[in-house]
Amino acid sequence: MKRIRFVHVAFAAAVVALAVPASGVSKGSALPPKVGPGEGALTMVVWEGYAQPQWVKPFQTATGCKVSAKYAGSSNDMFNLMTSGGGGQYDLVSASGDASLRLIYAGAVAETNMSLIPSYKDFYDAFKSPANNTVDGKHYGVSIQFGPNVLLYNTKKITTKPTSWAAIYDSKYKGQITIPDNPIQIADAALYLSKTRPGLGIKDPYELTKAQLAAVVTLLKQQRPLIKKYWGLASDQIDLFKNGGSTIGASWPYQLNTLKAAKVPVAAVNPKEGVTGWLDTYMLSAKAKHPNCAYKWMQWITTPKVQAQQAIYFGETPVNRKACAWMDRLSKGSCAQYSANAPESYYKSIKFWKTPITDCGNGKKNCMDLRAWTTAWTQIKG
Amino acid sequence: MANGIALEKRGRPAAFLSRLAWRMPWLRGLGQISLPVLAFLVVYVAALVALLVQSFWTTDSFTGKIVHDWSLDNFRALREAPYPRIVLRTLGIAAAVTVTCAAMALPYAYFMVRIASRRLRLALLVATVLPLWVSYLVRVYSWRLILNPDGALNWALNGLGLPDLNIAYTNWALWLVFTYIWFPFMVLPVYAALERIPGSLLEASGDLGARGWTTFRRVTLPLAIPGIAAGSIFTFSLTLGDYIAPALVGGPGSQLIGNVVFDNIGLANNAPFAAAFACVPLAIMAVYLTVMKRLGAFENL
Repeated sequence: MKRIRFVHVAFAAAVVALAVPASGVSKGSALPPKVGPGEGALTMVVWEGYAQPQWVKPFQTATGCKVSAKYAGSSNDMFNLMTSGGGGQYDLVSASGDASLRLIYAGAVAETNMSLIPSYKDFYDAFKSPANNTVDGKHYGVSIQFGPNVLLYNTKKITTKPTSWAAIYDSKYKGQITIPDNPIQIADAALYLSKTRPGLGIKDPYELTKAQLAAVVTLLKQQRPLIKKYWGLASDQIDLFKNGGSTIGASWPYQLNTLKAAKVPVAAVNPKEGVTGWLDTYMLSAKAKHPNCAYKWMQWITTPKVQAQQAIYFGETPVNRKACAWMDRLSKGSCAQYSANAPESYYKSIKFWKTPITDCGNGKKNCMDLRAWTTAWTQIKG
Repeated sequence: MANGIALEKRGRPAAFLSRLAWRMPWLRGLGQISLPVLAFLVVYVAALVALLVQSFWTTDSFTGKIVHDWSLDNFRALREAPYPRIVLRTLGIAAAVTVTCAAMALPYAYFMVRIASRRLRLALLVATVLPLWVSYLVRVYSWRLILNPDGALNWALNGLGLPDLNIAYTNWALWLVFTYIWFPFMVLPVYAALERIPGSLLEASGDLGARGWTTFRRVTLPLAIPGIAAGSIFTFSLTLGDYIAPALVGGPGSQLIGNVVFDNIGLANNAPFAAAFACVPLAIMAVYLTVMKRLGAFENL
């Protein structure tokens, strides 16, 4: 997610990573059978807001692992930080779905032993082996939090509840539509086309052939004259909904709840075509210097209370089903607000971000990759 | 004796150098400026060369690693849609901003130099430079508040009985914001140019029978041109490279060169293509500076 939300916060203070020499870390690829004593330090690359004192301090006290976090401005930042200089400078990364597969295929992250994460059994099934962090049954990291991309609209200006993504391609709302400024948004349009134009044969919105991508680009180019603003920051969209510049758009629960708190008449729907979403995963560096502390962190960050704290602080949804009760204890009604207690089928229906790659599972390697998607996005915006 | 030989020996390389420098004066000049030149080469030229070299490479689109194969593919790709249009749009906005800044700066600077009292002049100069003390982001954001449908602009228009003007998130907004942000960079050189015109020239013009307008057109304006040219270098090149304002106040059709460069580095991890695209404003500025040099802009910097 938030790769865009934090693009302009990239200048944020960078904590210098502690260079503690590796001590007795096995370099083999075999999974660790148990978590050993902590190394006294942990270095991470995370989204801003993911290393708040309210859950970092108790962790440090309990484990003796001193946390140094570096904030990344974008998914690409994360990728580069984890691979530059051969990697190994950071132990963990909170990778979003559009970076995680790249990290796995680049060999930057290691397989993780899920039996060492006690809370794993409490995860909703959809987050136990999602396609963006699990390859061939091997887990590369632990899922932490997610958010769906929903259809947000102003209930005063649009009185009939929209039920389809068709609304954001409808010339009726010309000049009032806002959608994220992010190439991964192509997947939203692909998901819509997979239902409305089955002839194209789109099965997975992240696996598009050249012809399929061209069809999606055509749709998005037709949409461009209707767009008020491709929003880069969540606050862009919030402003536009507040001052009436936009009445409908693709959005996140974060904007919905912020706008509701500001008494703006808005509502969000999950359109009948389904929704995409982002899912963040803590991934362990293949050359981690503090693997034991890293495992301790993965254990800690997935416990119900910490899951609830992070979800409320950030405006996202925890993957641990036991976090719901804690959310309501910390902030009444927040569990339902962020759909942390939805039926399993809801989570399974979300098409989570994953890096578009040339290999789309049919052995032909004829899919369009993220590079092609980014070029297409530049063309769409003209 | 032994001491004397040692001294002579020790002095020998220095003496040799000094003799060499005397024989070849250009060498002495080079020696004197060598440190700054070295710093310049390392900091500026090396970065530019790295940029140029990189633009001939490609990246492996999946692992993101740079592949050191030489090719012109990145430059060929520049000819395809939508890049030419983005270059033209950037040029158009940069030109519009420059012309607007010049048109506003000339009367403003003229007022400061010729009409305002000394105290008012100082106050105006400070007021011109004052916005530069505030963060760029704050200034751009404040324009969002002004241009929003329920912002200060429409409030003022409605107060005058005029209809709403909804130009938030359009290229018009971009033009306005750029003009505002770069205005001080135009005013200061123009002010400097006008201030240098001796009063006697204007008096002579009057003595020869020229009225105010003729004097302005035939004396003041030609002498102000180098100042305008110098200011235009700032307004033009700063607009050419900016990507934050288009992202914040621009609309759906406001991609500039800077945005494409940023997207290719930040999202697609395609630094070589970004480098190739970054060569476009470099080439434009090279041409522009050559023209401006003819106009005498550099004498006013």
